[in-house]
Amino acid sequence: MNNFIIPSIKKITNNKLISRIGEGIIATGIKVSGFSAIIFVLMIFYFLWSEGFAVVGEVPLRVLFSSRWYPVEGYYGILPLIGGSLLVTIGATLFAVPIGLSTAIYISEIAPRWVREVLKPVIEILAGLPSVVLGFIGILALAPMLRRTLNLPTGLTALTGSILLGAIAIPTIVSVAEDALDGVPRSYRDAALAIGATRWQTIWRVTLPAARSGVLTGIMLGIGRAIGETMTVMMVTGNAPIMVRGLSALFLPTRTMTATIAAEMGEVAKGSTHYHVLFMIGIILFMISLIVNVTASLLVFRTKKRADRILS
Amino acid sequence: MKKLPALFALLCLGFFAAACFFQPSDTDSQNNDQPTAHIEIKGSDTMVNLTLAWTEAYRDDHPSVSISITGGGSGTGIAALLNNTVDIANASRRIREEEIAQARNLGIEPYEIIIARDAVAIIVNHDNPINYLTLQQISDIFAGKHHNWLELGGADRPIVRASRESNSGTHMYFLEEVLRLGDPNSKLLFDPNTLLLPSSEGIIAEVRDNPNAIGYDGLGYVTPDVKVVGIGLSPEGPFIWPSIETVNQETYPISRDLYAYTNGEPQDATKFFLEWVLSEPGQEIVKELGFVSITP
Repeated sequence: MNNFIIPSIKKITNNKLISRIGEGIIATGIKVSGFSAIIFVLMIFYFLWSEGFAVVGEVPLRVLFSSRWYPVEGYYGILPLIGGSLLVTIGATLFAVPIGLSTAIYISEIAPRWVREVLKPVIEILAGLPSVVLGFIGILALAPMLRRTLNLPTGLTALTGSILLGAIAIPTIVSVAEDALDGVPRSYRDAALAIGATRWQTIWRVTLPAARSGVLTGIMLGIGRAIGETMTVMMVTGNAPIMVRGLSALFLPTRTMTATIAAEMGEVAKGSTHYHVLFMIGIILFMISLIVNVTASLLVFRTKKRADRILS
Repeated sequence: MKKLPALFALLCLGFFAAACFFQPSDTDSQNNDQPTAHIEIKGSDTMVNLTLAWTEAYRDDHPSVSISITGGGSGTGIAALLNNTVDIANASRRIREEEIAQARNLGIEPYEIIIARDAVAIIVNHDNPINYLTLQQISDIFAGKHHNWLELGGADRPIVRASRESNSGTHMYFLEEVLRLGDPNSKLLFDPNTLLLPSSEGIIAEVRDNPNAIGYDGLGYVTPDVKVVGIGLSPEGPFIWPSIETVNQETYPISRDLYAYTNGEPQDATKFFLEWVLSEPGQEIVKELGFVSITP
């Protein structure tokens, strides 16, 4: 035994210097990759800014914030596009959050073990579904169905986009929220049940608040995916740049910022006004997702503090 | 033991790399006597199928020439020509003055060749009782002056307009020649409710399915699933349906030329390809695909 241990200790001391150098290299590497994310974000923003800022001199603000988008003829009103993106995203959220959350609660709290073992992987497969495929389903099945059942002029509407984007966001919400609910200690539930709470009261008043930060993160990630999604909305929303005036616009065609960039980027000459405006739209999109993310982390931060207070 | 799968994977990778490496050198030696050439074509979505058919036929006689084709719209093709990333830019509209100016700034001299002709068909759903419209009525529909088919003698249904995206040559042609009736001073625009669909197939799909819809598409793309509307210059008629005959007799009012643009006069492989396209076998394919040949 001794003969075996002593040489190995010697080996460690001999390799100490080398391992320390190795560790240093690894630590620096990790540090650099950690900071590289910040550098990339800054570089992306700088790139968008340098290509898009020229708009300020080229297009008067009055034109930029008007309600007509037809860049071929010099109409650069981006309000309908911002409205379209927000409308479709809000619609998707209204659709995805209740369904996603109830699915997560069902899987984590109610479903028997075997159902849970089947459901979770299936939902995660759903998350990997290419958005183009969803677009096809939208054009061929969902749009005609919505047009007939709701008696709309056309099935290519913001609502169609919202439902499909909701379907894209649901797997993300379910997956992250379920992990968070699963992470709530068993003792919380036992304590609630012991003082006479019903199962529903336990879920609504104890488990869900305890898992709040993870659940909110899941919802925000889902919304983030919905805002940035391009292909599906381009295929099913009809892309008509109609000014959004209230929720009734859900039943009309709409044009989102992402679809506009995707459809028009290929055609523009580099350095033209139209090109700069498209980059400006990119900046706005970047800002919106920044706001969503910051709000999410602020919310998570606040709930954490409250949780700390309860525990102390 | 743990190393075995890794070793196996490495071996597989090795075989794969060897296969990749040896195959091209094999074919190279076969074609050594013929110089290989590559032609890059990009542009009009209307012309993608036509160009593909040309390429397939051309490849049979000229196996050494490889041709790649991408769509994306006429504007996209011309932008690519300006950036000097393609040999031929397909366009279903004529190059604009400002694009020529831009090209010259970049040291590129666009050279124009008309390679085929096309008619733009106005299409509606088969359930729509409308069979013909005047050019003025079509202009009014797309400009947003009519909102119900009742105003045009149809059923009591809302009108849904379907158009291509603005990067499409067909879109610009339709705007200039139909919506604005060829008047360069006209400032008419598409109604903001007009659906802007990313592909010709998208328009066909919407019109096939939706009895409220009206759209336009290149004649080569129109399928029997949709109804082609006859067009007249006055309400009394005569109403003309698009066909190879009516386009060549110049009686169908909305037909156009399809262009190929190159940087300067075409050279070498590009030149031989375009010469073949303009020859009789090339133009025979134009007719087969529902377009109109330039040689009547």
